[in-house]
Amino acid sequence: MKFRGLLLGVLATALLAGLTGCGNNTGDKQQPAAGGQTRYLTIKGSDTMVHLVSEWAEAFMQKLPAADLSVTGGGSGTGIAALINNTTDICAASRSINEKEITLAAAKKIQPSEFKVAMDGIALVVNPANPISQLTVEQVKKIFTGTVNNWKQVGGPDQPILVLSRESSSGTFVFFQEHVLDKQDYSRNARSLPGTSAMIQNIATDTWTIGYVGLGYAQQAADKVKTLAIAANADQPAITPSVATINSGEYVIARPLFLYTAGEPTGLTKEFLDYALSGPGQEIVRQAGYVPLQ
Amino acid sequence: MGRDRAIQIGFVGIASSSILVVALIFLFLFKEAAPFAKHPGLAALLDNQWIPVSFQKERFGILPLAAGTVLVTAIAMLVSVPLSALAAVYIAEVAHPLEREILKPFIELLASIPSVVLGFFGLVVLAPLIKQFFGLNTGLNALTGGLLLALMAIPTIVSVSEDAINSVPATYRNGSMALGASRMQTIWRVVVPAALPGILGAVMLGTGRVIGETMAVLMVTGNAALITANPLSPVRTMTASIAAEMGEVPFGSIHYQALFWVGIVLLLITFGLNFIARRISVRYGMMR
Repeated sequence: MKFRGLLLGVLATALLAGLTGCGNNTGDKQQPAAGGQTRYLTIKGSDTMVHLVSEWAEAFMQKLPAADLSVTGGGSGTGIAALINNTTDICAASRSINEKEITLAAAKKIQPSEFKVAMDGIALVVNPANPISQLTVEQVKKIFTGTVNNWKQVGGPDQPILVLSRESSSGTFVFFQEHVLDKQDYSRNARSLPGTSAMIQNIATDTWTIGYVGLGYAQQAADKVKTLAIAANADQPAITPSVATINSGEYVIARPLFLYTAGEPTGLTKEFLDYALSGPGQEIVRQAGYVPLQ
Repeated sequence: MGRDRAIQIGFVGIASSSILVVALIFLFLFKEAAPFAKHPGLAALLDNQWIPVSFQKERFGILPLAAGTVLVTAIAMLVSVPLSALAAVYIAEVAHPLEREILKPFIELLASIPSVVLGFFGLVVLAPLIKQFFGLNTGLNALTGGLLLALMAIPTIVSVSEDAINSVPATYRNGSMALGASRMQTIWRVVVPAALPGILGAVMLGTGRVIGETMAVLMVTGNAALITANPLSPVRTMTASIAAEMGEVPFGSIHYQALFWVGIVLLLITFGLNFIARRISVRYGMMR
């Protein structure tokens, strides 16, 4: 994880350096700016969010050419550690900061401020001809681990379930495995597809398939695939994923994405946070395949 | 004289540069893969499952991937070899010159279609056809992959085999005819046996192409790492695994090293095939 983060970080940094037309290392504080004082900001953390944060940083720097942002991955834990050690201005995290980390931060007299900036929601999709329109999380888990392999077992017709998964390199693969499959392995019979569009294409043509995609993609392909409503357990009502139900927490296959700062944000840090939460910032969230806040 | 020598050395250098490249590739592969031998040890590659990302236990058995490659390649060869060999014989021996002028360029055109385009064709056209024909629930399986790869192997096998048939000396044909053999007898008893080493070489080249193909199989074989001989079951090939997983794998991790081992096995297989192809052509070439 560490090495991948490093690599992503290097790539992101190179990308940003290229975009700002500044050939030098973005962390180099000696670099003078063309128009006045260049201001620097480092953002470190979640690998899931690197793409989103880079998009924000890119747009932000276009708006504010005097700003110079460096985005690196490494994982949420690495980002929080960096925030505590004061080696990053902003930390991106796909989980909340935990008790232990808060204690560590307090020991260094740092009061982390949490900002929820987006949601990451996964929709389960089936072919429109499939009569099933809702499942419980437990049923989804059984289907994807291979314990349940016929639609009959979840209240559908007597047809085998064809499980479609993403390749193991996908962030969604890991999130789904951790939060829905309870860290169990995927069924060995699961077919894995190289991308979201291949997933949608197959579910649209093959009747008895089931797969998962980011909510944004499911909504774009609403005419080709059917999005299932998911119940947290057998006693709860099934909830259709939407921007509203994901933000309210009713739809459970979702997680908030955070930015953390040390203390209350000021100056450029505050400007960046405001941008991320602004209308254009949330539009970038939508384009990146995540769920914007309302 | 000194200049001749310099030029000669220059040409030798250029000619042997490809040997250097191959050696460097081997060296690089082994360098990246080596730490795997210490931990978790090469025995881990003999596992019967490939589960590179897991919260339980990561497993790096190359067997299911190799089985996938073998199954898809076998299907592709079973389809393409008879078709291509007959096509080559027809084009070289039977076809009217005008027919030849049309057939040859079109078959060769097939070779120039990018594999990702063929893969997309497989996903959108071939997979639904296979699904309907066999009454399956999905067309993502080894058979679809094999058929698509057969399409890619055909131009290679046809054009190399046709060259081999054309290079059979005219005296063979004349001699056969003079002894009263019919045209068909001449083709099947004299010309084809004489061209057989070349045709086998063409088959080996085609096999090499099929084994090394990535995008098309990645898109249509379903990519489930199963050990199976059922053409209608999904399979995961070695090349597809490398292509799908290498992009995001943590640099230097065990998974990364395991992918390099897959690459080494793949390289050894194609190396072996080339070696066999050479041996065949050398042996038969001498008999001729």
